[in-house]
Amino acid sequence: MHEFALADAVVKTALRAAEEAGIARIERIVVSVGELQRIRSDLFEYSLTQVLPGDVPALAGVEFSVTVEPVVFRCRLCGREFGRDEADTDEPDALEAMHMIPELSHAFLRCPGCDSPDFDIVAGRGITLQRVEGSGADGQDG
Amino acid sequence: MAEDPRLAAVDDRLRPARRIVAVTGSKGGIGKSLVAAALALAASDRGLRVGLFDLDFTSPSSHVILGTEPHAPAEEFGIEPIDAAGIRLMSVACFSGDTPAPLRGTEATNALLELLAITRWGDLDLLVIDMPPGLGDTALDVVGLIERAEFLVVGGASPVVLASVERAVRLLVEIGSPIVGLVANMHRSGDGVARLADRYGVPFLGTIPYDPDVDDALGDPERLRSTAAFRSIAALVD
Repeated sequence: MHEFALADAVVKTALRAAEEAGIARIERIVVSVGELQRIRSDLFEYSLTQVLPGDVPALAGVEFSVTVEPVVFRCRLCGREFGRDEADTDEPDALEAMHMIPELSHAFLRCPGCDSPDFDIVAGRGITLQRVEGSGADGQDG
Repeated sequence: MAEDPRLAAVDDRLRPARRIVAVTGSKGGIGKSLVAAALALAASDRGLRVGLFDLDFTSPSSHVILGTEPHAPAEEFGIEPIDAAGIRLMSVACFSGDTPAPLRGTEATNALLELLAITRWGDLDLLVIDMPPGLGDTALDVVGLIERAEFLVVGGASPVVLASVERAVRLLVEIGSPIVGLVANMHRSGDGVARLADRYGVPFLGTIPYDPDVDDALGDPERLRSTAAFRSIAALVD
């Protein structure tokens, strides 16, 4: 699964962010996943637990919070805003392609108002590390 | 603190590549993709482990030159490049096939980041990047995201091409990106590219002759190897 590669990147980014913030023990890593990634939140949470290095004390007992941000497209031609419910496909190869490279939505989806592939992805793209919660070496919350 | 974790993955994914050469030129139609694919093929012929990353999202052509039908890559803790004549190839064509993918700048940046974050190149002696034409977002992203990239600039004798290539060379020099050298492609006469290289103090690596046999050899690596153009490009590996 390519989700593991993305989960690995999240954990490494969280460790660096924690170090910069003086967090010695990470209690919770909060992540949002854009709906456009077509990754289930429970599956991504599972991926995060699978890539956790076992030998990093800062991560002992860490929990994850994964939320999915709904996708919003805005057509650059007719201005219509729409979501996946109005513009999607059930073609397996297209779904797989968009799962790997979400920007390929422009190849496979069209504006439901004017049929244009020229739309902006206003929200719901990518994976974002929202915050790292924990306590410092002195036990102070961070 | 919202951060894009994919940025952290880029260096990890590219670390196994000993050398990264981005083939650029700023003008469309001057043979960047052919130079990139032939360079990769020639390096592979010499026993090197080679990857080829086609970054022309709107008009990918590496698979066409190498005669490989693009298909979905295998997934294993990321995605594995497909095999193309012994070269590890990653291209948007592996996902979109012949379907047009009209990507604006931000979308191209995100597609590049996604591919960089999830592609597992494995141990490579050389990763060749086939750059899209122009000095747009993708070119700037490669400069910004792939710090180890060295640029091979493809030029040509036409004044129109020379003026465009000079802008590319000037930009790369100004931002301090390493330039492997300049080559004059589809060469018939003149020394404009050599003089351009001299003017900017970068190596001139030679000429690739105009070769009418190349078009018929595209898609057939064996036949491509027999062309004069390929032999000139292969000499760059040495």
